[in-house]
Amino acid sequence: MIAPATAQPQPPPTQVDLPPQAVERTTRLIRQHRGRADALIEVLHQVQELYGYLPPGALAQVARELKLPLARVHGVASFYHLFRLEAPTAHRCAVCLGTACFVKGGGELVSRIEQRLGLRLDDPAGNGTWALEHVSCLGACGQAPVVVVDGRMEPRLPMDDPAALDSRLAALGLTAAADADPSGAS
Amino acid sequence: MASPAPLQLRCCAASGCRSAGAEALQAALLAARDQLGGAAEAVTIKPVGCLRLCGRGPLVALDRSGEGSHGQATTELYAELTPEQAPALLRAATGASDELAARRLDPAHPFFALQQAVVLETCGVVNPESIADALAHGAYGQLKRVLLECSPEQVREQVKRSGLRGRGGAGYPTGLKWDTVALQPPGPRSVVCNADEGDPGAFMDRSVLESDPHRLIEGMAIAAFAVGAEQGYVYVRAEYPLAIERLRLALKQARGKGLLGARIAGSSFNLRLEVRVGAGAYVCGEETALLASIQGGRGTPRPRPPFPAQVGLWGAPTLINNVETLASIPVILREGGDWYAAIGTEGSKGTKVFALSGAVERTGLVEVPMGTSLRTVVQTIGGGVPGADGPDGGVKAVQTGGPSGGCIPAHLLDTPVDYESLRALGSMMGSGGLVVMGESTSMPEVARHFMRFSVNESCGKCVPCRAGTVQLARLLDRFVERRASLADLERLEELCRMVGATSLCGLGQAAPNPVLSTLQYFRQEYQAACREPSHCEPLDASALEEVAR
Repeated sequence: MIAPATAQPQPPPTQVDLPPQAVERTTRLIRQHRGRADALIEVLHQVQELYGYLPPGALAQVARELKLPLARVHGVASFYHLFRLEAPTAHRCAVCLGTACFVKGGGELVSRIEQRLGLRLDDPAGNGTWALEHVSCLGACGQAPVVVVDGRMEPRLPMDDPAALDSRLAALGLTAAADADPSGAS
Repeated sequence: MASPAPLQLRCCAASGCRSAGAEALQAALLAARDQLGGAAEAVTIKPVGCLRLCGRGPLVALDRSGEGSHGQATTELYAELTPEQAPALLRAATGASDELAARRLDPAHPFFALQQAVVLETCGVVNPESIADALAHGAYGQLKRVLLECSPEQVREQVKRSGLRGRGGAGYPTGLKWDTVALQPPGPRSVVCNADEGDPGAFMDRSVLESDPHRLIEGMAIAAFAVGAEQGYVYVRAEYPLAIERLRLALKQARGKGLLGARIAGSSFNLRLEVRVGAGAYVCGEETALLASIQGGRGTPRPRPPFPAQVGLWGAPTLINNVETLASIPVILREGGDWYAAIGTEGSKGTKVFALSGAVERTGLVEVPMGTSLRTVVQTIGGGVPGADGPDGGVKAVQTGGPSGGCIPAHLLDTPVDYESLRALGSMMGSGGLVVMGESTSMPEVARHFMRFSVNESCGKCVPCRAGTVQLARLLDRFVERRASLADLERLEELCRMVGATSLCGLGQAAPNPVLSTLQYFRQEYQAACREPSHCEPLDASALEEVAR
């Protein structure tokens, strides 16, 4: 009825590579949701916590155990911005581009960080170590502009003082892509 | 609870202050108190929710009960404290010194004095992680009373009398919506709280969830009783981890006290409430998309009718209300619908919580009666643009309603804030984010900013929104990069009208609003951005006034 191979963009051998403990944990957490199909988003959140992203094999397992077509699971996983279908880089930085942060220079902040790290905004591959993504609003508008570096929110970046901004960014570990290259990205 | 200690330090523990270092400050305060020895008994330190002036966090409020000394209770508020200042704050509390006078805020300042706390009455007062504290401040009192003394009709009658309208943005009369759900043919019903606060610049709902989750739960339980629902969901966006954590804890505590679950407070009413976490899709704030997401699917909207009040979750009639709407319910039932209706204007009753941010001196959470002028909120309460003066305090425009709203120019700042007035200006109330823009902000850039947002967040189901927003963003690129022509200006307006008229859901229908409103009030900036501005019908100032009116 449904050809499973067509619903999946990548070849499926990855399943074999999944660590058995993680596969087991996935089964357990699906059972905790009593296998209910409406828990799909909740399940995907938990699976992503397990792997750091949603590997194709894990999606296939979720589909099987929730008794849903893989196309449905993949459709949901690819619809929502917070689900990652590729392995994340070691470090991640998110710049808020909500209206308040935008008014307070969020756009400039993006180009400054792009330059420092030698990467492009919203490119999941980043520079190999770092990836830079945008978020639409973190609700920390009173602290604008903000960035989130590896899950930690950094408030009130000094956009009107380039030297202070540079030292704040350096202190956060946002240093030029090639450490060996003294000239840096700028 | 025992009588309060003579001195109480309330430390803001909401996201805003947390990101400014509130946790370290509270730890330092606890450590400093322990060093007081015997005097430590007299000082309580408790975490509370938002203390309003988020831009100057971390904030700590100091309450003196007045017992023992002069018998007068006072409250002081301190801002921008560092952990190193913890001992000094305790010395200030015990009256030993006044070295932190520079950090003390004046409670009579308009920022505080002009606010009227109704929805936020216990926000910043109760410990959001303690149900005992919430109960001591009256939480669940109205739920228990209503369950024992009132019929669902009586509850709905009070809500109708209050004139409360949906705080999510559209302003649909809440009582009417409740009636529609309640009067559906017999069968199961659901109640859903929309806490998918996605508008950039809005953080009112987050503040309520983080500061006073029991108020929301009580409001939801009363709503469920009034419409005959026995199950409910709170749909929270995943970007609010602290709000989710506190809401989950509050639900667990409420279940433990028998305030949720079977036979609540000895009545025959049952209610099961669950949290559902979103996964980063703005469109899920649209009610039919939200329902699809709760059921585990892609968050794509569907045409209405049928409305969720008729056909909602799993086909059953479903009541969907916003956080602030539901959090208004307990106080409406306590004080009566007429009391609430006495606040505000003819068509917009009660108070509204705003999240004030952007280029403004004092950013934070502001609750004022409906009908308060934008000028009062932005200039008197907010203090205008930092470092600017002049009659409009350096304000160029105020953005309301997020990506579905518009920019209101400074010369219209005397507009009262209510649903109709804002709509008449081509903007909308939205959920309550107010972003102030100073003279340096370019309006075509603002329009492009919102259009890019809509491009990113379009769910892709209908063509006008999926393709139209992309084309609009490209056209706006031409203006931002100063290579537009007069034909582009015409095309821009035409396409705005098409996308607005033909999109399936509110997101697409409202996506052109930021462009249309900036075109209406700041047309000269678009003209100046043309390659040959002289060809683009320059308007003089008086003609502009005409358009604005």
